[in-house]
Amino acid sequence: MRRSVIPGFGLSLGITVLYLGAIVLLPLCALILKASDVGLAQLWGILSSPRTLSALRVTVTMALAATAFNAVYGLLLAWVLARYEFPGKRILDALVDVPFALPTAVAGLALTALFSKSGWFGGPLEALGLQVAYTPLGIAIAMAFTSIPFVVRTVQPVIEDLGSDVEEAGRSLGANDFQILWRVIFPAIFPAFLAGCSLSFARSLGEFGAVIFIAGNQPMKTEIVALLTFIRLEEYNYEAAAAIATVMLAMAFAMLVVTNAVQAWHLRYLGRGDA
Amino acid sequence: MKPVSERAHTEWMVTPVGAGPVARRVVLGIVTVVTLLFLVAPLALIVSSALSQGVGVFFRSLSDPGTQHAIWLTVITALIAVPLNILFGLAAAWTVTKFEFPGRTLLISLIELPYSISPIVAGVAYLFVYGSQGLLGPLIEALGIKVMFALPAIVLASMFVTAPFVARELIPLMQVQGTDEEEAAVTLGASGFATFFRVTLPNVRWAVLYGAILCNARVMGEFGAVSVVSGNIRGQTTTLPLQIELLYQDYNVAGAFAAATVLTAVALVTIVIKVALERISREIDVTPARPPGH
Repeated sequence: MRRSVIPGFGLSLGITVLYLGAIVLLPLCALILKASDVGLAQLWGILSSPRTLSALRVTVTMALAATAFNAVYGLLLAWVLARYEFPGKRILDALVDVPFALPTAVAGLALTALFSKSGWFGGPLEALGLQVAYTPLGIAIAMAFTSIPFVVRTVQPVIEDLGSDVEEAGRSLGANDFQILWRVIFPAIFPAFLAGCSLSFARSLGEFGAVIFIAGNQPMKTEIVALLTFIRLEEYNYEAAAAIATVMLAMAFAMLVVTNAVQAWHLRYLGRGDA
Repeated sequence: MKPVSERAHTEWMVTPVGAGPVARRVVLGIVTVVTLLFLVAPLALIVSSALSQGVGVFFRSLSDPGTQHAIWLTVITALIAVPLNILFGLAAAWTVTKFEFPGRTLLISLIELPYSISPIVAGVAYLFVYGSQGLLGPLIEALGIKVMFALPAIVLASMFVTAPFVARELIPLMQVQGTDEEEAAVTLGASGFATFFRVTLPNVRWAVLYGAILCNARVMGEFGAVSVVSGNIRGQTTTLPLQIELLYQDYNVAGAFAAATVLTAVALVTIVIKVALERISREIDVTPARPPGH
């Protein structure tokens, strides 16, 4: 450790470790401890039950669908904000923050009302034979809404930082717009794009508030993992709640590792490997 | 040729990709339509639903004792959790940016950990600490303190989900600012606290405020973690987001939308302050450093 003339290391480290220990690590340890108390056979029974498997399948599939939508819309939104000047740009930029600032319960309530049979979108969609509220599609829409800023805010700064030189070099070598987009611009933003998508996916896996309003929450059909955990708790089935919550925690850790790996790759790509 | 972005400093020699009139119009058109349907419509719906039955019904819904209590509980929670989060954020950022020590990277990862964890998992985890079957449950009970299904658990769960909020805004900023100014102050004889309050804090005050308002919005809007640890006891431990669900399940749609409007207003004010703070900090970035004491 390098000696520093600045005092206060002990105090600030103490506050930091105490806060993280008491607020974050203690509960997570308690959860893992509780789950490890459950015998392996019982654990397997809980996790391989049709209801748990169905909840996992619905959650992962709809999180993937939400992420796919956000990948396209988020990329376009980031592109527009980074490269175009137009009236209302500031408003559009501020709107991207709405899903983060708006409580998930409010988002869930609003989306449900929009897509219910009597809603602004639900009515017309119903006429087309498409039901969104109380179906898996509704789950995907709620997940996409709450996680869209991740893609935009990760990709936008990278597009803003793109120099014009590589693009011009490509142009002078005779590349057309499409070739420059695909072979020059997209490779440069791809790591950030992937990082944004993995953040969006991770958030979608854990989303609760927005989803439970619109999902209808039918076991085996539209029940997500987070809700199943909640239901097991209300049934005082603490073993099952601990087991399922630990699976969610493991998924979060896995996504964290993936995101960090992608971001490290991204920084190397930009030649800022020291960060 | 005009630069495509105010932040692009290079002069374009050729038309940049996507700047052609057709491509531009198509991309902008798609983004505008999807944004109106996806981000604007929910906001518009909340406001119009709350007001559709008249301002009288709106205010009567808000004066419902349950909703009043929920507003009060939400404000109290934020008043406790946000200052503690600011204290933690400052201490954490000071630790990891002003000092080099083994385990620094691990500490930064731990600070950001709650971002990746589902609020439901956080809530369940708290139950296994302070619940009657939890690690500290028997101890807490013996001491006669009530944590679960009461205000302390609501505050603790809110602190979990928002732990990184202030620290995350401060760490990159304080990293860039380095330690020169603090070292100069200390060398000139300033105490640690004087250095912190007169050198460091003024440099990061906007970032602190920025982190704090985002933290406040999240605390007031937290649903998953709080719905587990609060036990959702009607009129006692329902925060405003939980009250929305309760009213909705009671088929009191007008009441639910009135409560949702209050939280939407908080969200919109948060965004306005955020935009203003971003503008202030951008201006500070481009103006030369002011002499100390001004």
